[in-house]
Amino acid sequence: MGTEKLHEFVEKLKGENAGWIGDVKEAFGEVTITVPRESITEVCTSLRDNHGFDLLADLCGADRGPEEDPRFEVNYHLFSTIHYNRLRLKVVLSEDDPHAASVEPLWKTANWHERETYDLFGVIFDGHPDLRRILLPSEFDGHALRKDYPLRGYEPYSLS
Amino acid sequence: MSVITENVTGQEVLDPSLDSQMTLSMGPQHPSTHGVLRLDLRLDGELVIHTIPDIGYLHTGMEKLFEYKKYQQGIVITDRMDYLNPLGNNLAYVMAAEKLLDLEIPERAQVIRVLMCELQRIASHMVWLGTHALDIGAMSVFFYCFRQREKILNLIESASGGRMTPSYFRIGGLMMDLPAGFDRKCKQFMDDFPEALNTFDTLVTGNTLWQSRTRDIGIIEKDDAISWGLTGPCLRGSGVGLDLRRHNPYCGYETYDFEIPVETDCDVWARFKVRMRELYESHKIVRQAMERLKPGPVKADAPKVVLPDRDDMRKHMDSLIHHFLIVAEGFNIPAGEVYMPIEASKGELGVYMKSNGGPKPDRVHFRGPSFVNLSALPVMSEGEMVADVVAIIGSLDIVLGEIDR
Repeated sequence: MGTEKLHEFVEKLKGENAGWIGDVKEAFGEVTITVPRESITEVCTSLRDNHGFDLLADLCGADRGPEEDPRFEVNYHLFSTIHYNRLRLKVVLSEDDPHAASVEPLWKTANWHERETYDLFGVIFDGHPDLRRILLPSEFDGHALRKDYPLRGYEPYSLS
Repeated sequence: MSVITENVTGQEVLDPSLDSQMTLSMGPQHPSTHGVLRLDLRLDGELVIHTIPDIGYLHTGMEKLFEYKKYQQGIVITDRMDYLNPLGNNLAYVMAAEKLLDLEIPERAQVIRVLMCELQRIASHMVWLGTHALDIGAMSVFFYCFRQREKILNLIESASGGRMTPSYFRIGGLMMDLPAGFDRKCKQFMDDFPEALNTFDTLVTGNTLWQSRTRDIGIIEKDDAISWGLTGPCLRGSGVGLDLRRHNPYCGYETYDFEIPVETDCDVWARFKVRMRELYESHKIVRQAMERLKPGPVKADAPKVVLPDRDDMRKHMDSLIHHFLIVAEGFNIPAGEVYMPIEASKGELGVYMKSNGGPKPDRVHFRGPSFVNLSALPVMSEGEMVADVVAIIGSLDIVLGEIDR
């Protein structure tokens, strides 16, 4: 699948609001748009309503490492059940202020994805209706998928 | 969430305590939660007002573990996610790595991948049908299904050496070629399977009791289904004809002749019918793949990535060196990030893989179809009876190994 079609979407988005698009990268037949944190909801709304990207296939976090700034990434993998294209949106967040707007109002499926990202990376999604841990127990200390969290944890872990 | 304050039947209740709401904790050891899933059910009598799934009992930190293992070591971890469809997990993982490496996979390896994945899909659907029927109360179906599944597991075992954990697909191709006699055994299975399908249709599909337990239950409309991110048979049961084998093709699926079953009833019965029809389609694809099996290599021509054959290692010094380096140090994958979606037996299985150029991945994330499909359970089960929740869980076809990872 060529990426010309995807670049068309990028151009259209730029036409709507040039401030929405931070950086566009093409690699391995996929297009990644880095979106400023404050406009992620608007970009997603536009892509969903005007460009047919109606399915949020995946939302996942990534940690670039404690020495990096911005440290965290949130990747939104959008998919269209109409024209079957995929687009990746990326929001980068600093460690001091790991807040992003929740896309749960747009896609219900973001609910669990965002809870998982919060659980494992500590990214806080503002406006999420029920942001609590999902995979790890609520008393768990720390965020396990951060690079500075050791593989085996800190203590012999017990629930008591 | 709607709160029901009246009695369900609209009758006056003499004892007020009978009229009150209660919270029922279902699971994690409940047999029809398919593993270790716990549901907090808010009930009014037998009517479900609200469902809160509680997951994480099987969380083993696999995504963390990937970051500490070399790329080829990660394959064995993927087996343990969706343990009913391990070859699908293998495929998504190795294809993500191959996309980063830009590897060309030989024709025979592609055909065998399709063949094995479709066999695995049948096996996965057999477990789904057996347990789904068992949950609703049809016990004998379970045994018929597992008998068929056993035959497929034997085929997979003969090729890979593992029944539940095959790790058969490797980055750059396959572990090894199919064993001698595989064609004959596979053909035998393919010839016998339509009769088994007939049995299932007689036992289950045409059964009026079955239909009354599944019709108009667990309804999720098309728009809701997309918003909740449903994929695979659950989405096709809601009237969206999306199949990644057709619409984002991989492994040469675009050259196979098969149909995409779609049902528009949006209920448990629709999802059941979609999966039953998929069994026929998978059967068709396996037949086509069998015909396409031509002799040829099953590993890509990339000596720095693909382990050499044992025979080569005894004859050629460079093969021995490559083997040593791959095993001891691993191979580097160019920096970058990819998202590789495939149509697993339960829906879209996506692998997000990010490399920073070393022999170990920087981040591997699995978008499990079970995880997303289960998240829609509250909206499906609201307003149903407790016994119907069991039917809805069965129709979602979840595997907790993949949900909790």
